[in-house]
Amino acid sequence: MAGIVRYGSYVPYFRLTRAVIGGGKGERAVASFDEDAVSMAVEASRDAVRGGVAIDTMLFATLSPAYAEKLDTATLQAALDLPETVSSVALGGSSRMGLAALLLGLDLAAAGKRALVCASDLVTGAPGSTRESQGGDAAVSFVTGPDTDAIARVIGRASATIEILDTWRLPDDRFVRQWEERFTADTLGPAIAETTKRALQSGGIDPATLTAVILDGTNPRSMAALPKALGLTPEQIADTLAATVGRSGCAHAGLLLARALDGAKPGDRILVVCEADGVDALVLEVTDAIKPAPPVRKVDRWIASKRNDLAYNTYLKWRGILPFEPPRRPDPERPAAPPMRRHERWKLAFVGSRCTQCQTGHLPPQRVCVKCGAVDQMRDERFADTSCRVATYTLDHLAYTLQPPVVAAFVDYEGGGRFTCELTDVEPKAVAIGNHLEMTFRRLFTAQGVHNYFWKARPGR
Amino acid sequence: MASKGIKDRVAIVGMGCTSFGEHWNKGPDDLLVEAAQEAYRSAGIDADQVDAYWLGTMGSGISGLMLSEALKIPYKPVTRLENMCATGSEAMRNAAYAVASGAYDLVMAIGVEKLKDSGYSGLTGASPPNDGTNSSMTAPATFSLLAPAYAKKFGVNEDELKQVLARIAWKNHKNGAKNPKAQFRKEVPMETICKSPAVAGMLGIFDCSGVSDGSAAAILCRAEDAHKYSKHPIFIKALSFVAGPAAGYYSQEYDFTTFPEVVASAQDAYQQAGVKDPREEISMAEVHDCFTPTELVLMEDMGFSPRGHAWKDVLAGRFDGDGPQPVNPDGGLKSFGHPIGASGLRMMYEMWLQLRGEAGARQIKNPKLGMTHNLGGAPGRCVSFVSVVGN
Repeated sequence: MAGIVRYGSYVPYFRLTRAVIGGGKGERAVASFDEDAVSMAVEASRDAVRGGVAIDTMLFATLSPAYAEKLDTATLQAALDLPETVSSVALGGSSRMGLAALLLGLDLAAAGKRALVCASDLVTGAPGSTRESQGGDAAVSFVTGPDTDAIARVIGRASATIEILDTWRLPDDRFVRQWEERFTADTLGPAIAETTKRALQSGGIDPATLTAVILDGTNPRSMAALPKALGLTPEQIADTLAATVGRSGCAHAGLLLARALDGAKPGDRILVVCEADGVDALVLEVTDAIKPAPPVRKVDRWIASKRNDLAYNTYLKWRGILPFEPPRRPDPERPAAPPMRRHERWKLAFVGSRCTQCQTGHLPPQRVCVKCGAVDQMRDERFADTSCRVATYTLDHLAYTLQPPVVAAFVDYEGGGRFTCELTDVEPKAVAIGNHLEMTFRRLFTAQGVHNYFWKARPGR
Repeated sequence: MASKGIKDRVAIVGMGCTSFGEHWNKGPDDLLVEAAQEAYRSAGIDADQVDAYWLGTMGSGISGLMLSEALKIPYKPVTRLENMCATGSEAMRNAAYAVASGAYDLVMAIGVEKLKDSGYSGLTGASPPNDGTNSSMTAPATFSLLAPAYAKKFGVNEDELKQVLARIAWKNHKNGAKNPKAQFRKEVPMETICKSPAVAGMLGIFDCSGVSDGSAAAILCRAEDAHKYSKHPIFIKALSFVAGPAAGYYSQEYDFTTFPEVVASAQDAYQQAGVKDPREEISMAEVHDCFTPTELVLMEDMGFSPRGHAWKDVLAGRFDGDGPQPVNPDGGLKSFGHPIGASGLRMMYEMWLQLRGEAGARQIKNPKLGMTHNLGGAPGRCVSFVSVVGN
């Protein structure tokens, strides 16, 4: 039997208020210009794998892959400093694939393997569309394992795969299209109810015993009848985060599950139903192991840490929907494959070096110590989780950025080591010498068809 | 460190310098021909008499071929070199050692840069293929870090420091206004400087040297041969160059109020020249004022002002064109301009004019020793060149 052993979540810093895009209540989460589905998946996974976790397989589900052909999961493996001896599976094509990936990860766990399951999406709709205003950007990550280690174990599940023209997008199209919502709601409603009942029956679960019921899908109307059909009370229905995050594609069902786990106590029962091109349903029971579980940054904490003064035209520029005048600065050069491979642990995992003779930290890693001159007496040290403070900084109005001005700083690490980097997710006026910062994985730019990933620093959230 | 110097063993016997500015109608070849011709005439020689050449350019050409083809040099050695903003000075330093060694009798050091052909704002640098993690901080951003660090360490209010920086820009523009070859030849009021739009940190447009095109050249020979070419040669007393270990980028100890590379190269140069008290003995200096806070910090790194006191000396006018120790009498990088490969030689050109009494409206009375300085890179990771010259 299998369950979820660890998890992590991530909601980006910016919000676009619906009032600014033409109406509606609340706000949606917006990934910064330097984020994508891969960088967000890294951020969500850091809590899930912190301290070291044995992983056999990595699964990554997204509808917004960084590359159409090049394994995004490999970038995750490198950024999380996981061994190269893992297998990889990439899923896409439907927003249900995040939950589908979790079910597959749980199947692997039942077969004695451990899986890291990441789901992440950067959701962009045509300007003025429902997808744009109701969508959101987020990521979630789970580690699956045997139920003896689990904080939540599987007690029921069922799935259905249904051919229906509900939402669709061709590979070269930027924006999704959608059939009339009433058709989907009426057609899929019965299948959702039937699949959910099968999931409950598979474990002999009485709906009255459910603590949290997560209903996620392309069409909220299609699930509207389910609570009544199962005899659920309003208290049992989990907040869909429509007003605070928006539906985050493949990540959303898992994000809502992570939030339920954030507040769960032993014995709680969580039902997750996800509708898109069919249905996946999963029932979990929280175990005693949830109490001493490692601290995780909770979904509500990510939601509360935000900046919601984003202008709509800035959002459109960030997403590449609105063309604009380029600056009089050279285009960046693409990074080169051999140097990236040589320096992979530095570039993607933020591993520097420390001199074993005098303990001076070096970022990037060096062969010759800057302090004592010792040659090849270094050991690897990963600085990604080391906190740092601003030694000095400046606002650079000349450097090119999609969010001027560039805040550039020299940051000093606890225990030694200094690095110069850009700050992100930051209000320039709030930066001061001595501020504490955390490292975050970002996509700096894309040049000649190559994404350039690296690390920046940001205030703690 | 064994740095024995070649004091009084090498003379400069001719110099040339183009005007610096936006030379849309002149390519690098044109600038090289112009500077070289002026230098040959200045030394009273034919081109054939030069035995070897050192060509400095950062990014306007590659190989000695750039010069040999432009000047149609008949099968002679031409070394192309680069050391960031110290490129022009490096050309001169290496040419000087060549004649001092006796390998050649008469040599030319020449530098050139065509920054205005790129169409970009500010300096840009091409990197070799890399892993994409290099810092993308612009030059104004890196040097802007000096200002708040200086203010904090020496207890100067930031508004007052802004005045100090503006005073430096004002001085250099005032000097440049007297220089027919400078890029910017108008005095600029303090108010205009203080109000200019922000470029990085505390620095506005007027705190940053501009982007320009130009070329400058020098003819050098051994001291005992100088009389053959010039009635008033000038003599090299010291040449020092330091490339730092970039410690400021790794070590938490670096505090952005000094350039250890400059301190080291200045000390080496003073030792070579026998200078004990630079504040008293260095009559005039051309220093690397790429940005106003750079010039401020350099005054202390060079020993012209005690640590923490340069700001007072600036406000008191010590370094003005008519002050006790003029700094950048020709307008500096700020108003003369900064075509990278040429700058070091342009600085020497002003020392040449001043020591020979040919500086016109900018003439300093009875200069004894002059100093030129270039800095390439950024605070914490840079190279520094210092020369001392005199009669």
